[in-house]
Amino acid sequence: MNWLSRLIRYVVKFSAFITFAVLFFIIAYILARGIPYLKPSLFALEYTTENVSLLPAIITTLIMTVLALLISAPIGIFTGFYLVEYAKSGNKLVEIIRITTETLSGIPSIVYGLFGLLFFVTTLGWGFSIIAGAFTLAIMILPLIIRSTEEALLAVPDLLREASYGLGAGKLRTIFRIVLPSAMPGILAGIILAIGRIVGETAALIYTAGTVAKIPENFFASGRTLAIHMYVLSSEGLYTNQAYATAVVLLIVVIGINALSTTISKKLTKGNIDG
Amino acid sequence: MDKIKIENLNLYYNDFQALKNINMSIEQNKITAFIGPSGCGKSTLLKTLNRMNDLVEGCRITGKVLLDNQDIYGNIDVNMLRKRVGMVFQKPNPFPMSIYDNVAYGPRTHGIRSKSQLDDIVERSLRLGAIWDEVKDNLKKNALQLSGGQQQRICIARALAVNPEVLLMDEPTSALDPISTLKIEEVIQTLKKDYTIVIVTHNMQQATRVSDKTAFFLLGELIEYEDTEILFSTPKDKRTEDYITGRFG
Amino acid sequence: MNKVGINMKSKFLEKLMEVVFFISACASIISVILICFFIFANGFPAIAEIGIFEFLLGRDWSPSNVPPSFGIFPMILGSLYVTAGAIIIGVPIGVLTAIYLAKFCPKKLYSFLKPAVNLMAGIPSIVYGFFGLVVLVPLSRNIFGGNGYSIITASFLLGIMILPTIISLSEAAIRAVPRSYYEGSVALGATHEYSIMFAVVPAAKSGIIASIILGIGRAIGETMAVVMVAGNQARMPAGLTKGIRTLTANIVIEMGYAAELHRGALIGTGVVLFVFILLINGIFSVIKRRMT
Repeated sequence: MNWLSRLIRYVVKFSAFITFAVLFFIIAYILARGIPYLKPSLFALEYTTENVSLLPAIITTLIMTVLALLISAPIGIFTGFYLVEYAKSGNKLVEIIRITTETLSGIPSIVYGLFGLLFFVTTLGWGFSIIAGAFTLAIMILPLIIRSTEEALLAVPDLLREASYGLGAGKLRTIFRIVLPSAMPGILAGIILAIGRIVGETAALIYTAGTVAKIPENFFASGRTLAIHMYVLSSEGLYTNQAYATAVVLLIVVIGINALSTTISKKLTKGNIDG
Repeated sequence: MDKIKIENLNLYYNDFQALKNINMSIEQNKITAFIGPSGCGKSTLLKTLNRMNDLVEGCRITGKVLLDNQDIYGNIDVNMLRKRVGMVFQKPNPFPMSIYDNVAYGPRTHGIRSKSQLDDIVERSLRLGAIWDEVKDNLKKNALQLSGGQQQRICIARALAVNPEVLLMDEPTSALDPISTLKIEEVIQTLKKDYTIVIVTHNMQQATRVSDKTAFFLLGELIEYEDTEILFSTPKDKRTEDYITGRFG
Repeated sequence: MNKVGINMKSKFLEKLMEVVFFISACASIISVILICFFIFANGFPAIAEIGIFEFLLGRDWSPSNVPPSFGIFPMILGSLYVTAGAIIIGVPIGVLTAIYLAKFCPKKLYSFLKPAVNLMAGIPSIVYGFFGLVVLVPLSRNIFGGNGYSIITASFLLGIMILPTIISLSEAAIRAVPRSYYEGSVALGATHEYSIMFAVVPAAKSGIIASIILGIGRAIGETMAVVMVAGNQARMPAGLTKGIRTLTANIVIEMGYAAELHRGALIGTGVVLFVFILLINGIFSVIKRRMT
């Protein structure tokens, strides 16, 4: 059996090597080609076709993210509460909600974009706007938040809940004082993943938030996020170097988000064990 | 004849000493029972006999365990050891595969590919496990769909399929109902003539029903080791007497 | 406030919050209904006007012709081909990497590699697309010929992009397999490697398949990355080294300037995509139910 075992080990290791080598290469290549072009002019407050500044896009992205989260996070987390803490298993409604949540998570972003265009932009009359984009994104990330909240809540052992009930605490108190703190890392991880998804989203925003390059003056103005900015740059073909630089910024943001997510999970898990 | 000889065995989980200076011999073709209260080390000792303790981080031993006079902690092939010394676990753990594939798994691992050979082995093993008649018409059925008692007999068949010399059973019936328990005890009795069996049990009645020799353990030490009849009727050590009369458990 | 008062207040709060949670939970249902409604309501009329067979099986997509033709079959094939390519490339490597991470990876290395997988999942598709444009396209041109914008290039890029999906879900599934299966196998004398491959991984089958289906969904739904490397010719696939257009690309490229029937046809394309995804989800649920 030894040759088989050695083969298995080799094949498995080699595959992992390929995966991470590719990842490393992508990041290294983009950083190498893009960092030289991170000039200050790229971060000017006002966008011109000369400097193709990123700053308006960054600001738009921030606004978009906060808005979408404000809409989606409470709804998603509360849904998680309902599904795990309140609904009885076998409840038909829970089944339906599970199905719809799964459906939502499978819908391609371009279809979300279409929906956003038809509903928020046209029917509700909001036009190409930040708020149309934010609402579209909110629906898009909802299943993510629901799923991670559900998982996080389910991971909390029933023993903890039972201990709380046994001491006479009510359901609400048990949820917020006992279950939620334990589930926090998981929920936060979901939110951070959602942020990552928002930051990287393009197809859903092109036809909802639009592609206007300056800082939006209110929620009903159009604006482009960093990802859209990058799309415009790369498709126009004239700004390859700035596209690299934008890619660098996007990568740094994503790496930062990931690092944040990892540290938060670690910190909070530690806190839970100690406290 | 001594199938297994344990010499000056000490076992540590990191700093905690779980087994203290164990010296004993397991006789061939006999059923030996390990009894004692929870945490006394009987399961741990059982798992040193097929080096399953190797899987636990921080576990180390001093001393010797000799199988047919060869130190199993010396320079040997652990996988071959485990083929010769089989194990049945407390909670039935059939693989999520068909009954056939479960029993054929061991032989396949050790290189047997021919279908006719495997068919024979599967039938022989299931017969030894006293479950052939119940499943012979439906070997493709997923083993997880069987009852607990049936699953455990499949696990016994699976362990026997690799033709071990010794069979270790770690509280094999503690998760089962009384009827399945009796069925399995019957199986164990019939196996005795061809295999050496060591069974850990917390059920003293089971020990008296099934075993030829019994070893009583307490806090990692071997207190008394005797023919089952003698140990239960006239135990030499007061601690043994206290345990079997139920003064502690 | 006396004890009764406190009890009533907290009971009211409990009930209130339960209602709040319930309504939140319904948001998911409402969203799906809305999306279905708007997409279908705007897409079906157009499909009906074009004629459903003309639309789905028509091989000619020429919206600006007089008269225009709106056959999306080339795009259906385009999506299918690049998805199949992505699966062929991404699944073996992904599942094997998951096995590595779950069972062969030393702890210290794992604390680097696991976040790396998450990072891979987080890289925006536009960045992947751009990478594909500047690296994979020239590479493909050199190795496979053609101009580099092709099915092969898109398949490779998509294969890379679905790796994190497949890896994380498969890894979770493998880790979730009870240890008793591994121990049972090892106790029979099987090696670590054999036990993992033939006792543990098969037990994770349903999770792994789930990850593949999710990967398929991700590949079919991918827009930006494909748009940048697939060539986007709206005609029947002409070879692995030639370009094609996917359903997603079709929408994003032309939606900006489409009017009336053309617009409707694009929304109709969205309907087709949507139905594909619903089908995939459906198969997914059936498989999941069969496995448990």
